[in-house]
Amino acid sequence: MERYWLVAASFCFLLSFGHTLYALGAGKFRPARFNLAAMIAGFLCGSAFLALRGQQIGACPITNLFEVLVFLSWSIVLIYLLVGPAYRISLMGAFTSPLVLVLLLIALIVPTDAPSTRISHNPWVESHAALSIIAYGAFGLGCIAGIMYLVQERQLKSRTASELLYNLPPITDLSAVNARLLFVGFVLLTIAFAAGIAAGLPVDNAKSATSLVIWAIYGIVLILRRTGRIAPRRIATLSVAVFILALITLPAIQALSVHP
Amino acid sequence: MTILCAGINHHIAPVEIRERFAVPTSDIPNVLASLRAIDGVQEAVVLSTCNRVEFYAASICPERALNGLRNYLHERTGAPDAPLYHHTTPQSVRHLFRVASGLDSMVLGETEILGQVKDAYSAASTNGSTRRTLNRLFQSAFRVAKSVRTETQITRGSTSVGAVAVELAGKIFGDLAHRRVMILGAGDTSERTARSLVSRGVRTVIVSNRTYERAARLAAEIGGMAIHFDHWHREFHEVDILISSTGAPHTILTAEKLAPIVRQRAGRPLFLIDLAVPRDIDPAVNKLEGVFLYDIDSLESIARRTLAVRQQEVERCERIIDGNVHTYLQWLRDSTADRPPFHSSANSHQTPNPAAI
Repeated sequence: MERYWLVAASFCFLLSFGHTLYALGAGKFRPARFNLAAMIAGFLCGSAFLALRGQQIGACPITNLFEVLVFLSWSIVLIYLLVGPAYRISLMGAFTSPLVLVLLLIALIVPTDAPSTRISHNPWVESHAALSIIAYGAFGLGCIAGIMYLVQERQLKSRTASELLYNLPPITDLSAVNARLLFVGFVLLTIAFAAGIAAGLPVDNAKSATSLVIWAIYGIVLILRRTGRIAPRRIATLSVAVFILALITLPAIQALSVHP
Repeated sequence: MTILCAGINHHIAPVEIRERFAVPTSDIPNVLASLRAIDGVQEAVVLSTCNRVEFYAASICPERALNGLRNYLHERTGAPDAPLYHHTTPQSVRHLFRVASGLDSMVLGETEILGQVKDAYSAASTNGSTRRTLNRLFQSAFRVAKSVRTETQITRGSTSVGAVAVELAGKIFGDLAHRRVMILGAGDTSERTARSLVSRGVRTVIVSNRTYERAARLAAEIGGMAIHFDHWHREFHEVDILISSTGAPHTILTAEKLAPIVRQRAGRPLFLIDLAVPRDIDPAVNKLEGVFLYDIDSLESIARRTLAVRQQEVERCERIIDGNVHTYLQWLRDSTADRPPFHSSANSHQTPNPAAI
């Protein structure tokens, strides 16, 4: 029954994305209001699903890959809505909706919704898992800001003033937003690690090693940016590449995760 | 009720004639009072800008009101041969909607005119010169202009080299307030571009020219700082936007010279505007990370393309205007149903009408 909420959420994100494509094609792109409304509606539907599923299993609904993907997509939209109107400007919603839609469709189509026997009721473990995924939500949105930066930079370098140039935010703003989201994700992931240590989770396994590597890459990127030793273009490229790496390794991490 | 519009604009009269019709802001209350005193005129608005002077009136006796208006303008300007157009409903309504939307402007799609129309209406309204007919007309015009602006691309981009450069600066830096601009070679276009940047919030402008006096004069005019031409490279590493038009026979900025400076900038973008022919800046610098180089051809090409896009949009704008003209006329008919029918004259002149006054 709760899957209907998920279908409804997917439909909202599809509507947002479809509207953007139609508006761009018709040359009358005015994204803010419609995209925001569709994103909020999708977020509410996703929240309803998570609430029902949480009630059903009596724990935070991140006990299998299906739930993790839903929670991750919900986190991306949550960060998108929290970061503020400056970030939502122009095509931001349009770039966010396809990513969230793909995550939800994978969750809905791939049969990964198997009941888990490893449900944890330890609040530290739940905090660790939930914060980790929300951190990846921030990294996901950082990846979107990175893509937007790369697109806008290409527009400016190519000296062709296309429709996208006028609708995308300035590259300086995109660069700042990109770095801010990576920072938010990094802080959340650090807290998640601390919660994991407080919960007494083992750290000498492949899952911890993978997570630590991703955490370290983001940390190094932020330090290099802080010291001005890396160009915004490279930060944008890395934020896209590392998030894709994280998405690819997510099923493996999930399979390896042990919730006592 | 009939809406009348009579006036003169840049399409039909040069500035030396238009200036005789111009109504200074301080004089608007008197002119409005004079217009209302014309037999047959119930409501009036005066729109006076550098490109047009137009008088809008609502009247139940349009013939009499138009004659009175002509006589008044004749007396006021002393220009009996001046070309003057006049429109009656529905062309007058369409004309105002087109004016407010920037379709009748010298630069197609410019938006400054909407503010001027709003000011004109506000002055008339404050002076008690408008009632429901013109109130509704101008409110509709503002709504139409907003629809045209948001639903089409008529205002998209910029149509002059300077404005394109400023727009690109905005797309690179966002807020321009804390950006440093350097003008290398004080030519006309670079001066105009610098002024546009200052009007967009730039506070620090450094001017360098082979003739120091010219640099100092321009710097004083735009609130900048002049430096000797031999010293420009010393200040350059802190600059965010360079406007170059030196007239040098060879490039003065190469990728090799720029690369170490770019490394010191810690990721801050650098916008180079090369207005010189032959070019001052080696095109290869555009390959450096964070450097955006635009020469005169690329800026002009963007301006031309923008204008072409705007011209393609005119048809869509006209459709929006048509729909709103219809809606307004419907309201006008309904609101005056219990009065004598309004004058639906097709007697509207778009072309110069030397005999009008």
